[in-house]
Amino acid sequence: MDHLDRLEAQSIYILREAYRSFPNLAMLWSIGKDSTVLLWLTRKAFFGHVPYPLVHIDTAFKIPEMIKYRDEIAIQWDLNLVVGQNKEALAKGETFVNGLDRLSCCKKLKSDALKYTLDGTWARRKWNPYKKVWEDELNGAPYTGVIVGVRADEEGSRSKERVFSARDEKSEWDASTQPPELWNQYKTDFAPGTHVRIHPLLEWTELNIWEYIERENIPIISLYFDQGNGKRYRSLGCFPCTAPVDSVASNPKEIIEELTSGKFKDIAERSGRAQDKDGGGTLEALRKEGYM
Amino acid sequence: MQRLNIVITGHVDHGKSTLIGRLLADTDSLPQGKLESVKKMCENNARPFEYAFLLDALADEQKQGITIDSARVFFQSKKREYIIIDAPGHIEFLKNMISGASRAEAALLLIDAKEGVAENSKRHGMLLSLLGIKQVAIVVNKMDLVNFSEIAFTKLKVEYSEYLATLGIKSDIFIPISAREGVNLIEHSASTPWYKGPTVLEILDSFKSVEEKENDDFRMPLQDVYKFTRDNDDRRIYAGTVTSGELHVNDEVIFYPSLKRSRVASIESFNTPVKNSVKESEAIGFTLQTQIYVRNGEVVARADQSAPKVSNRFEANLFWLGTKPLELDKPYKIKIGSAQSTIYLEEIKRVIDGDTLDRANEPSVGRHEAACVIFRVHDLLAMELFAENQKLGRFVIVDEYDIAGGGIITEVLEQYTTRRTKALHVSDLLVDKASTNADFEEELFALLRKHFPHQFPTDNIG
Repeated sequence: MDHLDRLEAQSIYILREAYRSFPNLAMLWSIGKDSTVLLWLTRKAFFGHVPYPLVHIDTAFKIPEMIKYRDEIAIQWDLNLVVGQNKEALAKGETFVNGLDRLSCCKKLKSDALKYTLDGTWARRKWNPYKKVWEDELNGAPYTGVIVGVRADEEGSRSKERVFSARDEKSEWDASTQPPELWNQYKTDFAPGTHVRIHPLLEWTELNIWEYIERENIPIISLYFDQGNGKRYRSLGCFPCTAPVDSVASNPKEIIEELTSGKFKDIAERSGRAQDKDGGGTLEALRKEGYM
Repeated sequence: MQRLNIVITGHVDHGKSTLIGRLLADTDSLPQGKLESVKKMCENNARPFEYAFLLDALADEQKQGITIDSARVFFQSKKREYIIIDAPGHIEFLKNMISGASRAEAALLLIDAKEGVAENSKRHGMLLSLLGIKQVAIVVNKMDLVNFSEIAFTKLKVEYSEYLATLGIKSDIFIPISAREGVNLIEHSASTPWYKGPTVLEILDSFKSVEEKENDDFRMPLQDVYKFTRDNDDRRIYAGTVTSGELHVNDEVIFYPSLKRSRVASIESFNTPVKNSVKESEAIGFTLQTQIYVRNGEVVARADQSAPKVSNRFEANLFWLGTKPLELDKPYKIKIGSAQSTIYLEEIKRVIDGDTLDRANEPSVGRHEAACVIFRVHDLLAMELFAENQKLGRFVIVDEYDIAGGGIITEVLEQYTTRRTKALHVSDLLVDKASTNADFEEELFALLRKHFPHQFPTDNIG
């Protein structure tokens, strides 16, 4: 087995543990490369099926191609897609483009939207793959287990995550009190009301992700490749806060070259993300409150 | 590029984070600007720069100068890629140290040359041996504080070797270093002309990746049985991760402990060419030629190979991390392979103390203690000796909701048969109910198949 086979097998094992441990399981799909790899691994783990809903938080500021790609893949792969949004904040114009600071905007449009979509407080918009229509789901049951595609190499506080990570009823994370996790035995017993994040990609690096996309030929969103103007996105997010990088890489192979020997060898992946830079430890602060 | 998981353990303040920070910096493994930005942060806060700040990412860690949780750090030598696990040394965070160390294939154990062997240095040595980590190098740090004295180094080496020998660990690799000054990390240093052994980087590259052994007998803990009916999928797939050996299409398999058997009809996978065999470490699924009802947690073995041991009693070495002590006769949950069951502590043979090593006749095992014990399980389980099969010879104990302890099986004991003499616990009843349902379901399907065969054209019982 090579290193990609090992990573794949380990992630599949974790996905299967999650599936057998949580009756109300969902997976976050940001449309980005990591969570799309996670979606692919799900189809591997369950032999072509995706047996849990995929939750996408639509901030209304996503790059339009992302939404188009999302809906196309959902139809093609028969996905049970659930979309959540902070409609109230958007209606009131409480956003970065209307003058709110970046971190508060992230909190409202991402963290809050995520929290209230997962716990069923806010209506969920669901794609019905059988009827091929969007439906609203009111008072949905809370998702108690949520699969998330974070990687340890992305950022310091993520490097300390557990694979099965419990959040309390306020979705808060306390890194000093995390329970032990031994060998491949994960914490799968939880008090009622606990919300758990499952992280099958912790040990993957950005390079591993691209190597795997290339090997498996995963249909990844084209924004990661040169857009014809010598620019591409290295990390996807909301357009007011995410900038493309200068690069003419137009396929996974060329991106792998950039990461191993080329221009991005020593450049941190999220360097195009503005919200990481507003002061020290801000991503940790956001994550304590439920940010991914 | 191959990858190896390494854990760095040792007592608090003996310099683990500094060692890793310095390794990252000296091998150019840091992202551009990281070193400069951390140095600037130190300047702004009027504090001296430390390499540990590169690692201790959490705000509380930087404030207190202490590692709270183990971090996964990615790093590359010319030979291969590493995940270095920076495990906290503070006793308060022992559970985090063990969580980190359990993922490792090899370990560096740090000892402060000036302070000498601390109780935690001993405890960590013992835990590494219990976790089954056989490749251990001892790194004697802060040699600059003892003027790079060979005598001080040798004295410490003799003292700690003797301790390791009592644990049955043989490590003759001791490296004198100064993490802060970069001595003997990447290159040999003029400060220790008397030291002729390997540098830290050389020792990392010399560790072996835990290779899969292809000649072992096949074992797969059954993680789940899938029957997805969508898109007219009628496969009933037995899924799990192979812990050892190889399985082929048409092999006869036996499930333990139920002893049900059948033959492999197909090996199933997604986005791969058709597979006729699978081997160790693969997360797989297969279908069977006849439909049988088996439960999650059974161990699948090949009929033409050895059988796993089946019992409900075993002896184990165990370490306890629970906030409440491990007590006799109280119901806990065991997780072993993919099986879960209720378990009782039957006997504490001795508590192993980090310092004095042995205390007999203890009433319970306390937090952060290790012990040799006998457990009694409610159900029969398939298991192995740790020495023979690491993955099926280790287990964790769950108290209430948390994993509170872990251990390795040192002896499988004769079955306990008069379990009904004890008062029943609620958790026993729950387990019984599940097994009754399983048997009932199987009988029901057998009857349905017999009397309504037209409902089961392909003999699928899902």
